[in-house]
Amino acid sequence: MIYLQLFWSFLQVGMFSFGGGYAALPLIESIVVKQHGWLSIAEFTDLITISQMTPGPISVNSATFVGLSIGGFWGAVVATLGNIAPSIVLVTLISWLYMKYNSLDTLQTVLKALRPAVVAMIATAGVTLIVTAFWGEGAIVLSNTNIVAVVLFGLGMFFLLKYNVSPILVMILAGVANVLWAVLSGSV
Amino acid sequence: MDKKKLLWKLFISTFYLSMFTFGGGYVIVTLMKKKFVDDYKWISEKEMLNFVAIAQSAPGAIAVNGAIVVGFKLAGFMGVFVSILGTIIPPFIIISLISFAYEAFRDNVWISLMLEGMQAGVGAVVTAVSYEMAKDVVNEKDKTLIIMMVIAFLANAVFNVNVMLIILVSILIGLLQSYLAKREGNEN
Repeated sequence: MIYLQLFWSFLQVGMFSFGGGYAALPLIESIVVKQHGWLSIAEFTDLITISQMTPGPISVNSATFVGLSIGGFWGAVVATLGNIAPSIVLVTLISWLYMKYNSLDTLQTVLKALRPAVVAMIATAGVTLIVTAFWGEGAIVLSNTNIVAVVLFGLGMFFLLKYNVSPILVMILAGVANVLWAVLSGSV
Repeated sequence: MDKKKLLWKLFISTFYLSMFTFGGGYVIVTLMKKKFVDDYKWISEKEMLNFVAIAQSAPGAIAVNGAIVVGFKLAGFMGVFVSILGTIIPPFIIISLISFAYEAFRDNVWISLMLEGMQAGVGAVVTAVSYEMAKDVVNEKDKTLIIMMVIAFLANAVFNVNVMLIILVSILIGLLQSYLAKREGNEN
């Protein structure tokens, strides 16, 4: 029963991938490639590349991709549902507890102590994104710096902080500007 | 606002944000902050940080977990349902479409140029939001929080310390603070 297998496999991915995104990759690989042979290693690498190029969580993308190729449309639906089922149960439960006990002093103090860590994690994600944008996979040296990316980043920061421009507009314009630059400078 | 209108707005926002979540779970979290905290003022900034902490600590994709907490807070179980749909439909459709011709997509020059530029834009968005959030933590004028933020950032960004460990340590510090405050309260 392929639907059950897909559901169960991605349920495990959803249940045991703490820390999101890349932390889930080894788990997905072991279930999808090693255990079931649903994808070859090369296909799995392609899947990661595509996930980086498209929006959405890697685990949801994998569930859709693997589900489609193994069980068609309903395979994709079942795998995606399996993937998010643990989140639905656990996070709804935590949210409910949070709303219920939010006024407790202890919980307030703990959440306050968590705030700096959360800001730090978001800032770290920012640093990682900047490093990838400026230097790609290569070495972090001046000669290897993507100057266009640096300029786009600077302009983006300026408009976001100074004029409060919509973040999605900034992202799209940065993409379009990079394409235009490549065309105008004749590198394509 | 009546419930139907709220649910519709929630669905549209999560759908729209999910379409642009390039670069991992923290990107959607920053976009959610911009939309739900700054634009709609549905959630306070502090509460949003609590939600990110919950989304990060639970297993599963941060984007999905974040959508669940925000949905639950705004409209209970229906809110969870609606914001999950909004979050998973865009990647589901996009991956389904791409899976038919993923090699062409993966190797397309224009798409990779667009994405390269967008990466710089996303970096700017996440950095700008972390800057605003860090400023708020600093403005609380609580030295412990500032020191914790700096240490957490260095641990995460420079020394690659596991995020779950950082969260656990922060929770322990919060519990300790709460215990000390209570003991002090009893002595007075």
